[in-house]
Parts: sequence; structure tokens; C-alpha cells
Amino acid sequence: MILVLPIILPLLIMVVLIFTRRWLFFQQAFSILASVVLMWVGFLILMDVQQNGIKAVQPGSWDAPFGITLVADLFSAIMMVTASFVAVVVMIFSPGFIDKERQTAGYYPLVFGLLMGVNGAFFTGDLFNLYVWYEVMLTSSFVLIALGGSAEQLRGSIKYVTINFVASIFFVSAIGILYGQAGTLNMADLADKMRSWDEHTYVNSALMLFFIAFSVKSALVPFFFWLPASYHTPPVAITALFAGTLTKVGVYTMFRFYSLFVVYDQMFWTLFILTLAGLTMFIGVLMAASQFDIRKILSFHIISQVGYMIMGLGIFTVSGIAGAIYFTIHNMLSKTNTFLAGGLVYQRSGSYDLKYLGGLYKAKPLLALLFFIPAMSLAGIPPLPGFFGKFFLIKGGFEAQQYFITAVAILTGLFTLFSMVKIWNEAYWKKEPEDVKSRGKVHPATIMATSLLALAVILLGIFVGPVMELSMQAGEQIVNPQMYISAVLGK
Amino acid sequence: MLFLFAIMIGVLYGAAVYLLLRRNIFKLVLGLIFLGHATNMLLFVAGGLTNGKPAFIRGLQGETVGMSDPLPQALILTAIVIGLGVTAFALTLVYRFYKVTKTVDFDQLSENE
Repeated sequence: MILVLPIILPLLIMVVLIFTRRWLFFQQAFSILASVVLMWVGFLILMDVQQNGIKAVQPGSWDAPFGITLVADLFSAIMMVTASFVAVVVMIFSPGFIDKERQTAGYYPLVFGLLMGVNGAFFTGDLFNLYVWYEVMLTSSFVLIALGGSAEQLRGSIKYVTINFVASIFFVSAIGILYGQAGTLNMADLADKMRSWDEHTYVNSALMLFFIAFSVKSALVPFFFWLPASYHTPPVAITALFAGTLTKVGVYTMFRFYSLFVVYDQMFWTLFILTLAGLTMFIGVLMAASQFDIRKILSFHIISQVGYMIMGLGIFTVSGIAGAIYFTIHNMLSKTNTFLAGGLVYQRSGSYDLKYLGGLYKAKPLLALLFFIPAMSLAGIPPLPGFFGKFFLIKGGFEAQQYFITAVAILTGLFTLFSMVKIWNEAYWKKEPEDVKSRGKVHPATIMATSLLALAVILLGIFVGPVMELSMQAGEQIVNPQMYISAVLGK
Repeated sequence: MLFLFAIMIGVLYGAAVYLLLRRNIFKLVLGLIFLGHATNMLLFVAGGLTNGKPAFIRGLQGETVGMSDPLPQALILTAIVIGLGVTAFALTLVYRFYKVTKTVDFDQLSENE
């Protein structure tokens, strides 16, 4: 029953944290400890799944198509480990960055509410249950993004709440339509039925509704405008947590759904997804290049990088999916890391605007190094993991003879390098401007957290072999959905 | 019956979209509420309408043909609760926004002040 832990544990932790809201030090220490425990649980599941294959449990002891199923395959286990590692780092970072009012106003319980939703979405094998976990995750993120209630945050969160609510509506409608057709909500059962159906009038329309819902949540073209309009408003620790978890859950779900449910009209879906992937990559990076706020540049980058992951999905060969999975791990770490490095810059200089920044390379070389590592990783400089991620994706693209999208991916890489170099030049290299906002102190906890994450990025680059092998196995499970179906239904 | 439901859902969706596109932020929240209700009705109808048959009878064994399916109703219940929570949060958010900016105009959402 270890599969229940990723959901139950955050719930219990959240309850403890709600009742100890006033004891700030306890909250900080307990959150770090609890997130480490969560990551350890993730590791146990990963080991188990790697040795014994896909694992399914029925918590209500109703058999598979009737009860709610929890399923862990390699991809979901990998995602959980990475997401909880991001949480560990953010938990170490937060005490030194977020102001006391926000910390005692329920920041820590909310983070674990978010993690509960994220883990639930990774492991559930039931369509409606997936919707519920999405709502758990989103509701926590609604409160987190509005926490503190500055005018700027309120502005951002109204947009964020509205667009996410509308996307959820698309999601539920699709569930309703599919249920009316198939009479089942179990994902494996539904996928099994779809493979032996004559009647598939409504399948593509339901899938398109799903696709719209998830592309809003993972910020694909043309549904990405909410992300840069809201992500820069809360304190950067919260943005970093969102960047490392939320959009990636959307990507994860898209992988799962594509693998299980795209049975008819494969040609159309491949072309459709690859087109959107190319547009997302390119438009995201172009818009990033035109921004002057560090957080906004990085927000647009999230969009561009989601395009790469979806490109791996569109290719849909084992090596393409494996590349996308490796890229997703790398992106969750590196992206969070760049946001946290941006937070360090803010602590030191009191601004995110490149106009008021400068001279940090000279004044604080460690800060510069902590930005340089993930930024170069995102730009794809070897031997950092971003290079290998892009390399495997591009290799997968060539093998599948998708030359156009591969060319777009290579071109986008150049632009990514450009905008990372832009932050580097402006914030770290150029002379410190006259009208610098302030000269604050950088809290040691934040440096420690950021260094830990930078170290993880470097390690991911060094151990590319084993991680890639794991991703290959995970990719095989995604490409052959029969493994998932038979693990759940037991046939 | 089905036809009436279809018309009603269509009208609800139409009203929701109209309200969502208004400039008043309070009307935006109303639009969200309508959108939620329209979708609940859609779930209900898509699950299959059965006239005059209960969903569940205590102690009944065997014969269930022709009875209405309880699952869509359970789904709608869950969706209503979630919708309630999100609506409450959205209302609070809009109220806070009004307190801070003294306006309910959408144009104030743009960042150029």
C-alpha cells in the first residue's frame, strides 16, 4: 500500500501544519523534514516499480473498473521524485526569503496541499479522480498566488483563477461526454474499450476538449498568456515551486492521455501536436527575448521549454519519449534553479528589473555562479543536462524523420542562449547602475538551497547514462500502453 | 426532454460566455458560476437521462435494467462542491481587489499604471 502514502502523507503534514500555524520555527523545520520524507517515499516507489514493473492498488478494495485505482509506472514515479526534490529545495529557500506575515498566514500548509494534488494527479488511474486532484492542486495554488494580497498579486490571481477554472470546465465536460459513451471512468478500462470499439464519433471531440484543458494548464500556444501575466506576481519562491511542478503536471497528463487514448486518427494528432510544439517553443522564446524583468523572461521560458517536452510526445518513439522525460526532469530542476537565483538577485539589489541591476559578477561571484549553472543548462551547453535533453530529443526527431520540428528545436536553442546571455550581461556583467534600488543582505538559507539545486543540476548532467536508461524504460511503458492496461485490469 | 435540456445547457453556456466577456469583474464571477452550472447539467445529460426511475433502491437484488445511473449524479455532486469552493474564493478575491483598487473595471487588470 505504499502508493497511498504520497497522498496521505501530505494531507497529515498539512493538518499538523495548520494547527501549528503560529510556531514559525517549528513550521520551517517540520516542512523541510516532511518534504525530505516525501522524496524518500518517492524513491521507494521508484525502486519498487523499476524492479517489479507497473504497480496498481485498489484502495477501496473494489476491483479495477469499478473502484478508484492508484497506478505507479516509471514515469509517474520519476515525476514524483523530481517534484518532491523541488519542494525540498523550496522549503529550505523559503524561510530566508518569504516575509513572516506570509509564512504564518498558511504558506507551509498550502505548499503541502499543492503537493498532495500533484502526487494524486501523478498516481491516479481514474479520470474523475484526476480532475479532483487537479482541483486540489489548483485551489492550493490559487491561495498561494494571492497570499499576501498586494494589488499586483490580486491582479495576477484573478486572471489565473479565471483561466484555470475555464480549463477545468473543459476537462469535466470531456469526462462527461466520454463517460456517456463508454460507461467507465477507469483510465485503463477506457483505453481497453477504445481499442475494440466500432463507434468512435465522440472520441475525438472529447480528446480535443481534454487537449485544450491540458494545454491551458501546461501553457501551450495559443493558451499561454495567463502564465506570464500571473507567475511574476507572488514572491519568487512560490513562482519557483509553480515552475517546477504545476505546468509539468499538465505535461505529464498529456503524455498519459496520448499514450492511452489516442487510438484513432494518429496521423492527425501527431501533426497537430508537433505543430503546436514548434509554435510554443518558438513564440515562447521570442517573447522572452523582448522582456526586461528577470521573472518575466523566465516565465516565457517555461512556455518555450514545455514546447520541447510536447515535441517528444509528438514524435512518440521510445527514444523521443525518453528524451522528453529526461528533458522534463532537467527542466524542473534548472527552471526552479533560475527562479531561485533570480530571488537571490532580488535580495541583494531589491529589483527584478534589468535596468536597475548590474555588477553582481564583481560584487557577488557566488550569486553569478549560481545563476550561470542552470542558465547554461537551459541554453543547452554541454556537459550540463540541458544539452543532453535537447540532444536526445533532436536525435529522436531525426530517427523519426521529423526534420522540420527538429530544425525549429535547434533554432529555439540559439534564442534560449541569447536570452540567458541577456540576463547574464545585464544583471551580472554590466557596471552597477547609479540608481540601484537597495543593497540588501542575502540570507544564507537561500544560498544553501540554490547551491543544493545547482549541484543536483550538475549531477544530472554527470549521471546522464543511468538516468537516460531509466527514461528509456519509462518511455517504453508509455509507448506500449498495453503494459499499463494489463497491470491495472490484471489481464 | 433531451431537447429541452440541450436548449437550456446552450443558453447557460451562452450567458456564461457573454458574462465572462464583460468588463465588470463581478460579472466575470457570475459568468464562472453559470459556466459551472452549465457543465454540471452537461454531465447529467451526457450520463443518460432516465425518466421516472430511481438511482438506488435499498435491498434490491439482481435486476437493475432501466434504472438510472447513479455515477453521473455522484460526479455532479463532487463538481458542485468544487465549484462552490472556487466561487467562494473568486468572490473573496474580487472583493479584495475592489477594496484595494476601488474599481471593478477590467481595464485596471492591465499592468500599465
